[in-house]
Amino acid sequence: MNLLPVSPAPDTPVVPADAPSQPPGRAPGPREPRRLIDGVRAGLPFTLPTLAIGMSFGVLAEPVMGAWAAIAMSILVFGGAAQFASVSILAVGGSLVSAVSAGLLINTRFLPMGLAVAPTLKGGPLRRAVEGQTMVDASWALANRGDGTFDREIMMGATIPQASAWWIGTAVGALGGALLGDPEALGLDAIFPAFYLALLAEELSDRSMLSCAALGAAIALVLVPFTPPGIPVVAASAAALLGLRRSR
Amino acid sequence: MTTIWIAIALLTIGTVAIKSVGPIALGGRDLPPQASAVVARLAPSLLAALVVVDTFGGTDRTLSVDATAVGVLAAAAALLARLPMAAVVVIAAVATAAARGL
Repeated sequence: MNLLPVSPAPDTPVVPADAPSQPPGRAPGPREPRRLIDGVRAGLPFTLPTLAIGMSFGVLAEPVMGAWAAIAMSILVFGGAAQFASVSILAVGGSLVSAVSAGLLINTRFLPMGLAVAPTLKGGPLRRAVEGQTMVDASWALANRGDGTFDREIMMGATIPQASAWWIGTAVGALGGALLGDPEALGLDAIFPAFYLALLAEELSDRSMLSCAALGAAIALVLVPFTPPGIPVVAASAAALLGLRRSR
Repeated sequence: MTTIWIAIALLTIGTVAIKSVGPIALGGRDLPPQASAVVARLAPSLLAALVVVDTFGGTDRTLSVDATAVGVLAAAAALLARLPMAAVVVIAAVATAAARGL
């Protein structure tokens, strides 16, 4: 479902990252052309947490749906938070409708995220939609330049290790779960929020970003008891409106 | 078993559709400057929400402070100490497992 280009486009100029043409002491500007491999490199540190979260998902999902369905779900749906939400509901005997709607509500954050990343994508509507499928939390956050624009190559590149880790982790958890033991006893459930926290830490470049994070967290916490899962996170995107105050 | 595959199919179609809306609707147009200031702040807003919901949110719309919070706090300390990602992950898991074992 996710068509990941595995090599840089042939027309991309190949410049070593540490090319001597770079004036000494000057960090590469954010606008300099980035390549898929830069994205892969940016995504590598997040491989381990994704692998661990994938294993927890495999362990959780296997008794509910069997190993192969769990692996198929990770390949096709390709969204950890939504998969956890849906499978948790199915595991306690919840209905198909509630499982699917919970998963999709969790994924509604990809609406504002997709709008944010849209200007950087290439081609006609179909190609843009396909490129948009490579958007996952980590790759989207890493592709954020911090000025309201995103880096297409970083997003697509960073998704490659994310996808590999997610699929391999799921397979290991689903097929070898009996050997792994209880993910909760191992504390693996703390890795998901820790993973988001690590991504967040990269974003807190100034006071304004910190205010948005604090407000977003507050909005989400207040809404958790009153709204279906997924809504608190989507509503937290309203915290980004603090940006209007700045640009006025 | 069929239910599972229907769920997977619906989630797949729905997620592809959700991820397609922005790229198709906006096309290649650049955002107006005011919108860019908002978009630049989406990541911290959303990620902070994901952190707190995953840390404190339980099943059926409850909030609680449990062993997961200990792990996330430990992860925060590890990030502040600029430890590598692998260390952050291991520390979060070990702290949570230890708190749960108490």
